Amino acid sequence: MTVAVLDHTRDRSARSNSSGAALSLRDVGKSFGAHRVLEGITLDIEAGEFIAIVGRSGCGKSTLLRLLSGLDTTTAGSIAVDRMTDGWRDAVRLMFQEPRLLPWQHVIKNVEVGLSGVLSRVERRGAAEQALAGVGLHGRGRDWPMLLSGGQKQRVALARALVSHPRLLLLDEPLGALDALTRIEMQTLIEQVWQEKGFTAIVVTHDVAEAVTLADRILLLEDGAVAMDLCVDLPRPRLPGDQHAAAIEGILLKRLLRR
Amino acid sequence: MRARLIPWLLPIAILVLWQAGARLGFIQPTVLPSPTAVALAGWNLAVSGTLWTDIEVSAGRAFLGFAIGGGIGFVLGLLNGLSSASEAITDTTLQMVRNIPHLALIPLVILWFGIDETAKVFLVALGVFFPIYVNTQHGVRSVDPHLLEMGRAYGMSNRALFLHVVLPGALPSIFVGLRYGLGIMWLTLIVAETISATSGIGFMAMNAREFMQVDVVVLSILVYAALGKLADSTARLLERSTLAWNPVYAKV
Repeated sequence: MTVAVLDHTRDRSARSNSSGAALSLRDVGKSFGAHRVLEGITLDIEAGEFIAIVGRSGCGKSTLLRLLSGLDTTTAGSIAVDRMTDGWRDAVRLMFQEPRLLPWQHVIKNVEVGLSGVLSRVERRGAAEQALAGVGLHGRGRDWPMLLSGGQKQRVALARALVSHPRLLLLDEPLGALDALTRIEMQTLIEQVWQEKGFTAIVVTHDVAEAVTLADRILLLEDGAVAMDLCVDLPRPRLPGDQHAAAIEGILLKRLLRR
Repeated sequence: MRARLIPWLLPIAILVLWQAGARLGFIQPTVLPSPTAVALAGWNLAVSGTLWTDIEVSAGRAFLGFAIGGGIGFVLGLLNGLSSASEAITDTTLQMVRNIPHLALIPLVILWFGIDETAKVFLVALGVFFPIYVNTQHGVRSVDPHLLEMGRAYGMSNRALFLHVVLPGALPSIFVGLRYGLGIMWLTLIVAETISATSGIGFMAMNAREFMQVDVVVLSILVYAALGKLADSTARLLERSTLAWNPVYAKV
């Protein structure tokens, strides 16, 4: 079911077109033993689209993200990134709910983890410095991760994910552990880098408001299948309290709460 | 500055009381010679050079045994921490051997190796092996699986994962094993040298006992203490510099 909400000027085509990857999932399934987590997922995602996947705990949304990141393999169906079913791992980066920084390496070294080994030491350092500046942490490269606040750590994790210029960025509830204000700042930052760089973004979240703030399109998963496919056609940046956004949130929450 | 002095107040006070007690005749010199007498004995032995050769011999045995036992323990600890197949094969056996107090093997070791160097190095190696093995394995096991997953998701090779995630993650635990192992190293050496030796600090002590040189006996005990403290301090320094990222170790 597709619900189009209003028709504002779509800024998507205006964005630098497009370093993002297009995804196509055909009948994707994943089972652990006899337990089926995902079944019959068929999806096409445009290059440069911002997708949010919402659903209750255990609906399979994190599993879907792990399949896309290559951390797990499908047990049925196929995933193609830019029509390639293989060899696309390097174009994909995953950001976790926790920052997962190496505590024994300086911030700058943690960002360099996101780079593959082909670059020279100077190039790596330069790219990492740039990525760090891009998330507003210019000059913090020599700090130990333990000295950073939760929001700053997650910014470093974002820089690490972005430093290799991925064409698909996956975010697994990346803001779940942050306080409300830091979360809004991070949402703004993520939206901003997404608009600048034009990668395809897929965020898994249980926060419906966050999904509506960030996504072009929201997929609602239920029992391992796509139950709703909603297009969010609202101008950016979307401010809290917008009534159209609230309407979409209402539709999603109603379905999630099964009222 | 004052904070640095406080830990030394008690040892200095004990030394002063000891000296006063000996000088005023409360402590018999045949029981416990005064600190100055011990220092004089040390000075004489240092000048004649025997003190240094004995320290050298003892330290040589200690560190050779440590390198052998610690090295094997470290490698096996890594292997068994990383591979459950390797652990399934060796761990149960090692845990059984671990429960034998290694000093209980002294009679057997003397039968095997006689009383020469090999016996002492063997005992030290055996004693040091287990704390290093157990703590290395534990350290590797307790590396945060989230970080390993992150490394894999970011395309780290197995080598890079080992060098940048597993080893640094296991390091705090490895250092616990190292410091514990150093303690066992000196302990084992003291026992081994006291039982049978023709050189080394333990020999110095036993030899002095034959001639009722209590000052030299006390001196050799103090030398053991100083060597143990030195090894521990070095390990702590190493620990503090390599674990500087961790606020628990970074302070002081």
